Amino acid sequence: MVERTPFLNFFTHLILFIGFVFCIAPFVVVAIAASHNLRDVNDVPMSLLPGSDFWVNIKTAWTTADLGPKLLNSFIMAAGVAAGKVIISALTAFSIVYFRYPGRNFIFWLIFVTLMLPLEVRIVPTYAVVANVLSPYQAILDVTGLSWLIEKVSGVQVSLSLGLLNSYTGLIMPLIATATGTFLYRQFFLTVPDELTEAARMDGAGALRFFIDILLPLSRNNMAALGTIMFLWAWNQYLWPLLITTDQSHATAVTELKQLIPNVGGIPEWNIAMAGTLIVMLPPLIVVVLMQRWFVRGLIATEK
Amino acid sequence: MEKRVTFGKWTIGILFAVPQLLLIFTFFYWPAGQAVYWSLTLQQPWGGGNIWVGLDNFRSILSNADYWNSITASLIFAGISTGLAMFIALVLAALTDRQLAGSRLYRVVLIWPYGIAAPALAMAFRFILAPEAGFMAVVNRVWPGFWDPGLDGADAMASIIVAFSWKYVGYNFIFFLAAFQAIPRSLIEAAAMDGSGVIRRFRDIQFPLITPTIFFLLVINITESFQDSFGIVDIMTAGGPANATNLMVYKIYSDGFKGLDYSGAAAQSIILMLLIIVLTIFQFRFIERRVHYR
Repeated sequence: MVERTPFLNFFTHLILFIGFVFCIAPFVVVAIAASHNLRDVNDVPMSLLPGSDFWVNIKTAWTTADLGPKLLNSFIMAAGVAAGKVIISALTAFSIVYFRYPGRNFIFWLIFVTLMLPLEVRIVPTYAVVANVLSPYQAILDVTGLSWLIEKVSGVQVSLSLGLLNSYTGLIMPLIATATGTFLYRQFFLTVPDELTEAARMDGAGALRFFIDILLPLSRNNMAALGTIMFLWAWNQYLWPLLITTDQSHATAVTELKQLIPNVGGIPEWNIAMAGTLIVMLPPLIVVVLMQRWFVRGLIATEK
Repeated sequence: MEKRVTFGKWTIGILFAVPQLLLIFTFFYWPAGQAVYWSLTLQQPWGGGNIWVGLDNFRSILSNADYWNSITASLIFAGISTGLAMFIALVLAALTDRQLAGSRLYRVVLIWPYGIAAPALAMAFRFILAPEAGFMAVVNRVWPGFWDPGLDGADAMASIIVAFSWKYVGYNFIFFLAAFQAIPRSLIEAAAMDGSGVIRRFRDIQFPLITPTIFFLLVINITESFQDSFGIVDIMTAGGPANATNLMVYKIYSDGFKGLDYSGAAAQSIILMLLIIVLTIFQFRFIERRVHYR
């Protein structure tokens, strides 16, 4: 800037430094607490010098909350959601931008509306759907009288049922069912020059060919950004996996954290709890640090 | 905006949209419709049939003191945590935008909180704000009984507000910084040449230009405070003490899945849906305005 403002510069640094400390403090406190033994972590005030029990605590937390398989589950869920979103949103945006058909605008709005209602507020009926994912279709058959007709004709009673509780599909699918991403692609596809499409068509490329060979490679940046954001978002999900993983085999790392809350009575094992917290918060943090540039760009582009 | 060149056959076009449509029908529209239906019936748990009761569920919810308490708690939570997260992020972004030495470092670190899962964050703050260990224990030594989120509702509310705002400071910071950086440098430099000071420039140039971002973030923060708060509440306070932090989304969960009151939970969902829809419509209008802006 043009002028000299030493006084203001001093305050800028001071406030930014305080902000920095506040921002980083929880990470530091978690890491230090995770390195203390049971007695030291409960000391008042807790020593801010690292203790020597870091690896012991990490190990205890790892086995207590069974974090190995849980981290794997988190990873499968997050990767599944990210991949699903990246693919399905691209397909939909392609359909909306590159084809003219009746009802196209209606489809656009059908998808748009899903941005309004988060999973949390329709959690009870969504749970019911996942318990039997074919129940909507059964209901349609019942209401239209089709199941009655089938029973009359063939004698077979139609009862569609497919439970997805405690399955990766059940974890992933409902999280993919929103429109985040479709609009990111749509905006991008609209900026792709028509000449390119024309040239491709002249060379005899069909819709699918154009989509796979030209459009998708051009959208690499969007895919990286959307994939990162969705991975983080899915990794950090809590309520949904908490509900649908009624047995331990499909629980995720984030939901298992609850196991480490120290019991009332006895000396609270905060060192173990913080070691577990550190393990669970680390993977998304690494993703943020590695993908920071994509992530920020994408975050601003998708408005979410 | 429309494409001039398209691929003809409309049947193929629709096929590309089918996977998305199936997914949102099954996991979005059907459950949303079901929620409306359930809210108007008395639903027996474990599928014992249901009775049409019209608006009775809403009547009984709205005449329940616990529900109003939950709304009040949600509003207090949303108001204070949004205010805090926005104000702190705005100050930090405005100062980072001055680009003194070291502002790169701030930019990198201030984004970190966004990546942390709300429950992990909640666990960290549960320890940091525990009355018997950590740092509030020091305060409690000096003023015995000053801080106890396990017994005192106001302390519990303060705990979840701190955890939530901490996360959203990072989120808001990204958007504010982007907005500040979109303002042409020359505009500010010209004003500086004319002799207007830093504060004057902020008030007359920068602040008016970022108001669309402020409105946008305001709505995002408020809607997220209704949803993303679930993990924080579940880990830190479980709605207690004495329902002081029983926020709307947490009450839906505990009434629906612990109390097995599906109809009541559905009615509460509908009310929360309406609230969020209103906020979202509001938000889209501002996004639209923002698009015209640039």
